[in-house]
Amino acid sequence: MTPTGFAQEEKQRPEGWNRPPVIEPENDGDLLEVAMGPHHPSTHGVFRMDVALDGERVIRLKPVFGYLHRNHEKLAEGMSYLGSMPFTDRLDYICPLTNNWAYAIAVEKLTGQEVPERAQYLRVILAELTRVQNHASAIGFLIQEMGASGTPLMYAFKARENILDLFESLTGARMMVNYMRFGGCRVDATPAWLAATRKVVDELPQFVEEFENLLTGNEILMARTQGVGILPAELAINAGVTGPMLRAAGVNYDIRKVDKYGVYDRFKFRIPLGERSDVYDRFMIRFLEIKESLAILDQALKQIPGGPVMDSKAKLRGFRPKPGEAYGRIEAPKGELGFYLISDGGPNPYRYRIRPPSLINLTILEDMCLGQNVADVVLIFGSVDIVLGEVDR
Amino acid sequence: MFGEGILKGLAETARNFVGSFVSAERLTTVQYPEERIAPIEATRDFPFLVYDGADWEAGLRCVACQICEKECPPKCIYIEKSVDKKPDYTGRPQIYPKRFDIDISVCMSCQICVEVCPFEAIKMDTEFELSTTDRFGGLLYDRKELAKSNEHYHKIHPTEAAEVDARLAEEKAKAETKAKAAAEAAAAKAAAATAATAAPTESKAGGGSQA
Repeated sequence: MTPTGFAQEEKQRPEGWNRPPVIEPENDGDLLEVAMGPHHPSTHGVFRMDVALDGERVIRLKPVFGYLHRNHEKLAEGMSYLGSMPFTDRLDYICPLTNNWAYAIAVEKLTGQEVPERAQYLRVILAELTRVQNHASAIGFLIQEMGASGTPLMYAFKARENILDLFESLTGARMMVNYMRFGGCRVDATPAWLAATRKVVDELPQFVEEFENLLTGNEILMARTQGVGILPAELAINAGVTGPMLRAAGVNYDIRKVDKYGVYDRFKFRIPLGERSDVYDRFMIRFLEIKESLAILDQALKQIPGGPVMDSKAKLRGFRPKPGEAYGRIEAPKGELGFYLISDGGPNPYRYRIRPPSLINLTILEDMCLGQNVADVVLIFGSVDIVLGEVDR
Repeated sequence: MFGEGILKGLAETARNFVGSFVSAERLTTVQYPEERIAPIEATRDFPFLVYDGADWEAGLRCVACQICEKECPPKCIYIEKSVDKKPDYTGRPQIYPKRFDIDISVCMSCQICVEVCPFEAIKMDTEFELSTTDRFGGLLYDRKELAKSNEHYHKIHPTEAAEVDARLAEEKAKAETKAKAAAEAAAAKAAAATAATAAPTESKAGGGSQA
């Protein structure tokens, strides 16, 4: 970054509704321009924020993406539909099963493939377990960024470990699961696995209670998070923000309710909504979503039917979808995850595009950070809950 | 009261700290490598080639059909077909892999090779302590290093291996009954065919030596 980088950029900025407001420096003298990242403990990976500071206040912030670019979309165009499935695990590596599901939905729409009931229930169970462990670790990381180094994060990881053990005993891997297939799931869940899941789900409320005792009433936490990083609802909608970020702004939008993909229309659950849209709301929304996920898990484990987990007509490899396009989307723990596929009738997609929630939620980072202290930037960034594997693909 | 939340949180930490001395549930870590957690049966990491019987080279189930090589997403498998044939588990003569290399530093343990294999020849291992000081060839495994016995497969994935064995036995029985029925009819025809092909090869070889 050149010393005059921000001044040059200022001239090029077009006028418009979606530009962040200009903050006037209070003090005399030059702004301090700092590159936070790409190797910064708060950035969860390799991500750079070029910030201009007036004392402690942030006057400008420019997010710089792309350090973890792996060419996933282009690679997928030269690979069979099946071959891209293990790569989707590596997008948002905290929740590989929801990534698998979104991609499977897109291909199933493209080929008109049916999915058996039992597979749908298994997918719901796995997706909700994923949501629980993602939100738990997201909260843990957020607290760690406030300076509580380790303790709450280890509590979250203790709960996450039980869930990852379930994933491993079903799919064979803790994180890189490669589990879902077009037309079902790869292996069936044994009764023993379902019993183990029931046990974990029954124990989770105790963890949630413990975690809440540990954190929610904490005065330091409230002082650090309340009123920080406010994102107005109109801006969130205009920027395409989804997931807990949008619901913390009070917008009732959850694709599980809107699209009713899978078998989500059969479960009773509520959508928690925030009021003030600050970091504290985003933190609390995740707590409440864990509780709703546990309610869904409870119902799904009661209702799960028998039968096959794979459609008998489904082909594993060597199929050629008719020319056309499909967009499969789900409510991933971080927001709307979509896969857009175009087929030209060949064995691999003509175009393969991912709509990653992490990247799109991150685009309004500057609006939330302007005028805040630089220590709060770390916090606001943590409250967005991103995974760089998904941001850069 | 101000500070009540902090005290509540500290009480929770204290309960877990003291509790870890009393109950094993609160103590979640183990001292690796001295202590190890029991492995989960479905665990997978890198592929290996299954062989039946005592001799690894004769017993390899792989018939070098190269489907796994084609489907492997990171393209870490390299196969060279043999020219001659050897009998497979049903007794049918099949080609075999003259070379079968897997670069496990590239392999991403996705299990797609296992799923697409029609011959149950490649399966996933659970061995994970594979670090080596040889950075050029240490992680490029050839077919001798990849070959592991069916007994090993039974040891690491008992349920799955039992299913596979049952399926293979069924196929073998089917093939045997089919072969018996077809044997009488094919015997005469096959004899005639081998006689016909043997003659031109002989003359061709003779031509080569003259030149």
